[in-house]
Amino acid sequence: MKNGQLITIQNLIKDYPVGRGFFRALNDINLTIGEGEFAGLVGPSGSGKTTLLNIVGSLDVPTKGEAKVLGQSIGSLSTRQSANLRNHSLGFIFQTYNLLSVYTVFENVELPLLLLKIGKDERRKLVNQALEWVGLVDKIKSRPPQLSGGECQRVSIARAMVKSPKIVLADEPTANLDAKNSHNILQTMEKLNQDLKTTFIFATHDDKVIQYLHRKISLEDGRVVNDEQITKQ
Amino acid sequence: MLALKLAYRNLMGARLRTWLNVIVLSLSFVVIIWNKGILNGWDLQARHDTIDWQIGGGQYWQGNYDPFDPFSIEDSHAPLSDAINQAIEQGQLTAILISQATMYPEGRIQTIALQGIDPNQNILELPTKYLADESGATPAIIGERTAKNNKLAVGDYVTIRWRDVNGTFDANEVKIVHIFKTNVPPVDLGVVWIPLEKHREMVQMPNEATILTSSQEAGFIGSISGWEFKDHYFLLTEIREMIEMKSIGGAVFFVILMSLAMLAIFDTQVLSIFRRQKEIGTHIALGMTQRQVVMLFTVEGAMHSILAAILAAIYGIPLLGLQAKVGWSMPAGTDDFGMTIAETIYPAYTLGLVLGTTLLVLATTTFVSYIPARRISKMNPTDAIKGKIQ
Repeated sequence: MKNGQLITIQNLIKDYPVGRGFFRALNDINLTIGEGEFAGLVGPSGSGKTTLLNIVGSLDVPTKGEAKVLGQSIGSLSTRQSANLRNHSLGFIFQTYNLLSVYTVFENVELPLLLLKIGKDERRKLVNQALEWVGLVDKIKSRPPQLSGGECQRVSIARAMVKSPKIVLADEPTANLDAKNSHNILQTMEKLNQDLKTTFIFATHDDKVIQYLHRKISLEDGRVVNDEQITKQ
Repeated sequence: MLALKLAYRNLMGARLRTWLNVIVLSLSFVVIIWNKGILNGWDLQARHDTIDWQIGGGQYWQGNYDPFDPFSIEDSHAPLSDAINQAIEQGQLTAILISQATMYPEGRIQTIALQGIDPNQNILELPTKYLADESGATPAIIGERTAKNNKLAVGDYVTIRWRDVNGTFDANEVKIVHIFKTNVPPVDLGVVWIPLEKHREMVQMPNEATILTSSQEAGFIGSISGWEFKDHYFLLTEIREMIEMKSIGGAVFFVILMSLAMLAIFDTQVLSIFRRQKEIGTHIALGMTQRQVVMLFTVEGAMHSILAAILAAIYGIPLLGLQAKVGWSMPAGTDDFGMTIAETIYPAYTLGLVLGTTLLVLATTTFVSYIPARRISKMNPTDAIKGKIQ
């Protein structure tokens, strides 16, 4: 891992079989993302942003080329190793929140810590801390069906952040939220990025998200067409 | 440990869906154990009663004796040696002489087994003391079934006709001095008990017998020339086979019950795997391997049986305990079936029965939970997260 570079992608190609041929979802991607970045993969539907996010999240593997995350080559990881990478270093935020409806808010946020085999007292402390970050301490015993969309996404952020991962991957995190909730969520994530130096990578085509990004990586038809740093006032 | 914890959490969270399955499964537990307990209780009582009333500690059969061959009865008798008589005097054996005869109750003809037994014997529970008074007509005791079938009561006289050792017919009246009640039909149905010496005199077979029944304490007292020892295993074959047959019937019932419960769990699991794809994808995204998720779903299914065992214990122990105490009364007429069966059966539950049933249900539940859960290992996590798999 070079000078704070968490993610290094070189000549990455991802093909999906379609009928007798294949569909190229990502074509010759070269990219580095450093520590503490607040970056977004931006582009229309089908541009390959979610595919790239999935590869970085070790949920998928490249067809060719290399994707290194925290020094580990995604394509060569065993199932156990990639699960370990996700468990220790990656947090996920999904468009549809993906909370477990039968669990309380506390239990949902606690889940990654259980997988890390962290002790009970420590878990309680970390869950409370994460829920404080997202302002949901008073909803600790509620279940997802009792929460609004904005609150669910906050729980999702708390679940991603509770283990203090190096990288948080957010796939269309505001797609199901109204403008007010979207801004609240993004402000929360921006603050966490600044306070904890966690790297955030978004896959989005939502302008509300784009205006918060510090780096905008534009994708079209599986290629990076633009990569710009955005200076904030 | 993690799988157990999460599975428990998932099941508790699923509330009604979980409890419906658990209730059905707990019913299976209780009914299976109850059914086996009844059979065990019947088996124990039948063995106990048969030993007390009929076979004692085992029997020595005269070489020609075959209870299933009426034509051999005439030749199934032999004189007793001094050693045998000594064993009888010591209370180790009691002699029974069997011959075919005909009884004429109220003018009807009824074939019977005329059995002579020592009125002073203490080996069998037969109330032979009533045969001791031989002043008047020949005393006879019969069982309730024979009394009912022939409309006989205590004090009645009935004509008996028999053939002696030379084949000569003779007849006389016997007086019913006692009617006994027993759960063991072979000592009752079609049997008339009279004093051994009187019987020997009637058939002209002095010092002879057909069967020597051993006391429970003595059991096998050594080989006796011309006599074959039959142990409990042999003599209780009929009961054992009957219980085994009933157990097969019970097993069919058990399979139906288990199938219903397993179907419910299998169905729940299959539905879960499709309905909870996002959850599966989320678990993988959070750092679980697919194998761990398969384990989680399998444990979740299997945990139904653990919860069912706990629930079954809560209401089943008092319920089954109460029945073990008060017993299960057999319907009227059961004693005419010809089987050794008590009026009230007291179920007998053993630790092995409870543990065996629990383990069997647990293993079956785990298996039916694992089958659909295997599908998870073939899921693409990125599709699972979005709930896209069909």
